[in-house]
Amino acid sequence: MEKEDKILVVENLRTQFFTYGGVVQALDDVSFEIVNGEIFGLVGESGCGKSVTVASVMGLVQKPGKVIAGKVLLEGEDLLQKSDREMSWIRGSRISVISQDPTSSLNPLFKIGYQVSEPMIFHRRVKKRAAWKEAEQLLLRMGVPDPAGKARNFPHELSGGMRQRAVIAMALACNPDLLIADEPTTNLDVTIERQILNLVRQLQKYLGTSVLWITHDMAVIAEMCDRVAVMYAGNIVELSDVRTIFKNPAHPYTVKLLKAIPSSESTAQELDEIPGVVPQLIDPPSGCRFHPRCERAMPICSEEKPEDVNIENGHMVACHLYS
Amino acid sequence: MKAPPFILLSSRYRILKKRLHPLTKEFGLTLYVLRKSLLAVIGAIIVALFIFISIFGDLLAPYDPNEIDIAGRFSTPTREHLLGTDKLGRDVFSRILVGARYSIRSGIIVLAIAVPTGIILGGIAGLFGGWLDEMIMRITDVFLAFPYLILAMSFSAALGPSLFNAMLALSLVWWPLYTRLVRGQALAVRETAYVEAATSKGASKWNLIFKHILPNCLSPILVTFTLDMGWIITAAAALSFLGFGAQPPLSEWGRMVSDGRQYLFQAWWVSLFPGFTIALTVLGFNLLGDGIRDALDPKLRRITEVKWKKKTRS
Repeated sequence: MEKEDKILVVENLRTQFFTYGGVVQALDDVSFEIVNGEIFGLVGESGCGKSVTVASVMGLVQKPGKVIAGKVLLEGEDLLQKSDREMSWIRGSRISVISQDPTSSLNPLFKIGYQVSEPMIFHRRVKKRAAWKEAEQLLLRMGVPDPAGKARNFPHELSGGMRQRAVIAMALACNPDLLIADEPTTNLDVTIERQILNLVRQLQKYLGTSVLWITHDMAVIAEMCDRVAVMYAGNIVELSDVRTIFKNPAHPYTVKLLKAIPSSESTAQELDEIPGVVPQLIDPPSGCRFHPRCERAMPICSEEKPEDVNIENGHMVACHLYS
Repeated sequence: MKAPPFILLSSRYRILKKRLHPLTKEFGLTLYVLRKSLLAVIGAIIVALFIFISIFGDLLAPYDPNEIDIAGRFSTPTREHLLGTDKLGRDVFSRILVGARYSIRSGIIVLAIAVPTGIILGGIAGLFGGWLDEMIMRITDVFLAFPYLILAMSFSAALGPSLFNAMLALSLVWWPLYTRLVRGQALAVRETAYVEAATSKGASKWNLIFKHILPNCLSPILVTFTLDMGWIITAAAALSFLGFGAQPPLSEWGRMVSDGRQYLFQAWWVSLFPGFTIALTVLGFNLLGDGIRDALDPKLRRITEVKWKKKTRS
């Protein structure tokens, strides 16, 4: 029972890139679970391994990179053991992705309607014409005005918001169990961002799909997610439900991260910042990867890698302060 | 009551027009961009004329191109023989008109062999990579290492001099250029976000290649295609000039220049006019190719699109 209501379980995932400069340890022991029907947030700075996590889950890690250990269980089946063929069947039908940049993730040569119906043609063997009709329906549900007309347009004829809606329609075409949203609102302005967030939340309620929402924006996390994992340099440093993270963050990194959000209430002239830069993952800091930038670092932090500690139900922290 | 058939037909036409509208709009814009540039228009006119002559050349020619009239040899350009006659008294003007077809034929055949070969090999090299890519590209490098005319000469010398063999030799020389071009494009397109997006939709390998990658490689090929037509015509003429291509009495332009060059000081028209025609044709193809490249350039297109919209609205 416990296992069954978890749609995705990622266990000790370790992904490395074998470059000329050395081995980049992009993901180091990443574990998290997504419960059926929830929106799970993954937050972190640029280069902390969010997108690599997506690629590893989808089985799309490119050549010098390789998943060297761990498990990715989708409803109990290990995706890392699947053949290429099985994976391309799973992609788009059971897991699908809304990518970062709606402009470049649409093929400039095909009409929107065709691109939205493509997953249906691949996975459900729907006839082209029927798929096109369904695509129009889907666009209508995405809140695209004049869906029949927009379906006949080419990507360059649409605005950014419309394109992102089309990309979401594409991702939902086969009613996936898990939707991965990889920073879908980064390239949109705030008004459109708001619309897209509302749209995804409505759809998620309506369809009951689980969502893995990846972002670097804490505000979006607060808005959207049920549970959050905070990532730093290829590690998950803190994992808990949204309320707890914002009310009493445990990990010094999370604390700092929350202090760096501008707020309408505070009157401070300058925002808090985290000293230093994200470490090079070719030669990561020993022990806890955050210790060179941590205010509360202890001698043990540079020597030993902290274990995950469960401080209250479901609130996990990887920090020596709590062990 | 049923509507009279003509009304049905006109409504059909209206629906069709509406459906085709995005397409006709795009095409209209392309034509507009082309029309904006005077040089492209000149190029298009020259090319159109060339194609027309190559189809209807023998009907337009006032004389049989191979009719020998020893008595009237080396006649200067007169009203009877517009561009004069050559050493056997054949009418130069008629020979040029009929000769156009040999030039266009060599252009088309060479491209028809070189372009598909280039697309297939370049596509394989770019998409599959690894040792296959290395092998194909090294062979390509070997071909590209020789000056193309010399390589073509040696091929046609080995095959025996005839117009067909010259074309074959030229296509053997020409495919590496397209292989390179397509491979580069395939490598670039393979990395784009929409190919990744299609992969994450669950597209199969073949679907990716034929639907998402290859079509996006085609526009530079189209441009090179038009520009190359001119080059191939020159190259074919050069081979014939050197005696490797068309054999007498075929009125191939390069051959005609070659025939007349002994008499350059007594009868300049025998060589000059065919040579001038070659130059003009190549110029036409190059101008048109440049025009097409500009018309397909999205940045330039955006600017003119605004002007075009203003104009069509008013």
